[in-house]
Amino acid sequence: MKHTERMLLSGNEAIALAAWHAGVALGAGYPGTPSTEILEAFAELGGRAQWSPNEKVATEVVLGVAFGGARGLATMKHVGLNVAADPLFTAAYTGVSGGMVIVSADDPGMASSQNEQDNRRYAVAAGVPMLEPSSSQEAYDFTLAAFEMSERWRLPVLLRVTTRVSHSKTVVFPQDRNGPPQNPHFERDVRGRVMIPAYARPAHRRLRQKLAEIQAWNETSEFNLVVPGDTSLGIITSGISFMHAREAAPQASILKLGLTHPLPMKKIAEFARGMERVVVIEEGDPYLVEACRAAGLPVEGKPEMYRFGELNVARVRRILNGDTSPEPVPPPGKPPQLCEGCQYRQVFEVLRRRDCIVAGDIGCYTLGVLPPFEAMDSCVCMGASIGVGLGLRHVLPPDQARRVVSVIGDSTFVHSGITGLVEMVYNPPPQGHVLIILDNLTTAMTGHQEHPGTGRTLKHEPTGQVRFEDLARSLGVRKVHVVEPRAGSDEFERVLDTCLNSGELCVIIARRPCLMIAKRLKELELTGAQAKDRR
Amino acid sequence: MARVTNIVVAGLGGQGVLKATDVLAAVALRAGYDVKKSEIKGMSQRGGSVTGDVRFGTEVLSPMVPTGEADFLVVLESTQVDAHRHLLRPGGILLSPEMIDQDKLANKKGLNVAMLGALSVHLPMPESDWHKVLAEQFPQKFHESNKQAFAVGRQGQQKNPGS
Repeated sequence: MKHTERMLLSGNEAIALAAWHAGVALGAGYPGTPSTEILEAFAELGGRAQWSPNEKVATEVVLGVAFGGARGLATMKHVGLNVAADPLFTAAYTGVSGGMVIVSADDPGMASSQNEQDNRRYAVAAGVPMLEPSSSQEAYDFTLAAFEMSERWRLPVLLRVTTRVSHSKTVVFPQDRNGPPQNPHFERDVRGRVMIPAYARPAHRRLRQKLAEIQAWNETSEFNLVVPGDTSLGIITSGISFMHAREAAPQASILKLGLTHPLPMKKIAEFARGMERVVVIEEGDPYLVEACRAAGLPVEGKPEMYRFGELNVARVRRILNGDTSPEPVPPPGKPPQLCEGCQYRQVFEVLRRRDCIVAGDIGCYTLGVLPPFEAMDSCVCMGASIGVGLGLRHVLPPDQARRVVSVIGDSTFVHSGITGLVEMVYNPPPQGHVLIILDNLTTAMTGHQEHPGTGRTLKHEPTGQVRFEDLARSLGVRKVHVVEPRAGSDEFERVLDTCLNSGELCVIIARRPCLMIAKRLKELELTGAQAKDRR
Repeated sequence: MARVTNIVVAGLGGQGVLKATDVLAAVALRAGYDVKKSEIKGMSQRGGSVTGDVRFGTEVLSPMVPTGEADFLVVLESTQVDAHRHLLRPGGILLSPEMIDQDKLANKKGLNVAMLGALSVHLPMPESDWHKVLAEQFPQKFHESNKQAFAVGRQGQQKNPGS
């Protein structure tokens, strides 16, 4: 397939196209805004892509691909890298044979996330090279380069994007340069890949040696560019902030960093020396400014108020002017809500009426926290509903403990709820516990992706299916109920009351397809049945 | 810096705001401009406010239209006008759904295309490009109703230019 014309692509589509051109053998990830479209677009182009149960598994699968000498791409949102941090840190020690690129899509300003952590810190903490594109063209170019770097230094490479890079569409001229021919095969390297302490100690030294080499190489690499301008103001920046800075200060000299770990400190020092005033413009944490100051460079950072939320042209102007006056507050828009006719409206109405203490989780249903329901008391991270609910049950006085329920969605349950369910069976609270799985047969919040509970692959083709009721029973939960919440039925309410009063471990699966996919689901089920018939 | 045209399209989830910005950006690309289009997805899918920014010109830097610098504000839902009016520059043009005779739309869901028709009167790109892009970006079954919606939007604007 040729893609050589001028194209208007989102950053995510550009990463997917580059992965296709790079000959990526397998892409794996877990859906999460703003990263989701990468694997979908890659599959659409013809690439082999899959949703894994969570980001840790996806990263491990891709590590196996790269151990096998092929190119692999793992995609996730910023908080997904917390889940995948375990393989990431030690994969930096083992290194890889085939190219391995991990995309971390950060969400400064939290358009659709529970925090705005800055994953540039992960590159430093794990010791992996990091590229930060500022446009779709760079997302394309840097993805291709990331695979080349990964193979040259035999290290996983972090491609760090943000919401505005992932979701903005900008012009791309694809190069259509194909990756090197791949020849996946197994090469035994016990000392390199089995991280017992005796082999991990030299592996850590090898990693630091590689990073020192990359740092030296980065001093003259093509990823960092100087936009010449007045010497009265020099701006050091990276990622999308570069675009805002150029627009806010068209006369300034700019050092735009693309390979931001390990940083080219000599290049930065040389740029700073030539300027009367140097300001670091970066979103989120003071990552670049801290590195400059540690090197003894007299640079200005942003006032603390600009650490919160996204930057934009107006905010960059304010930073450059040292303006810390209160920012204008935009008029409120209409907040999102549970869809009209969503089956979970009934669930949250009942939970509110029963005055339940609701340990909640991540998904559309988190909107149960808003009026008119206000029926959620915590939401922390994927899967936390179960552990948090159990902890509350363990310590609250019995009359309160009996009202605690954990509420989790189907995809979230597969992602990080299964281990929580094991905890529930292994360390049951004295008053038992009630786990409600809201099974709408899709990953609704991120745009209706499949997951292991649906029994269909990323491309909606039939595959193995994890059945939650069978899983819960096999783990030893005796009270497992499958109910269909729907208008005019009090079944959910009756089952919930029975469970709350039982003092036992109960799992209620509230199953009904998301309204938005109900029609499509019927078509898929028909196709699936035909596929089974053919086998 | 060369002049950049800034357009913000606003509405509610499900109204086709982002589709409208996709079409607009593609038309500008076809005309040879540098183009950037920005949006926030995510929670907005659940019926909340949605805005999409499109900027085009010789060279576009930030993908977001700075507050108070929009040349055009296209609003698909009248309740969303006040929440977004501050985005317009002084003298910028507001296009709101009242400008469209919605009873004339063959397909009620075609309001986003009708609003593009209204906007197209003010932009330098030829009408034929809009029709080419609409045909590319929508399934065949919408082609006729889209043509009609686009024409309704253009007519309304030619009689009643924006405020």
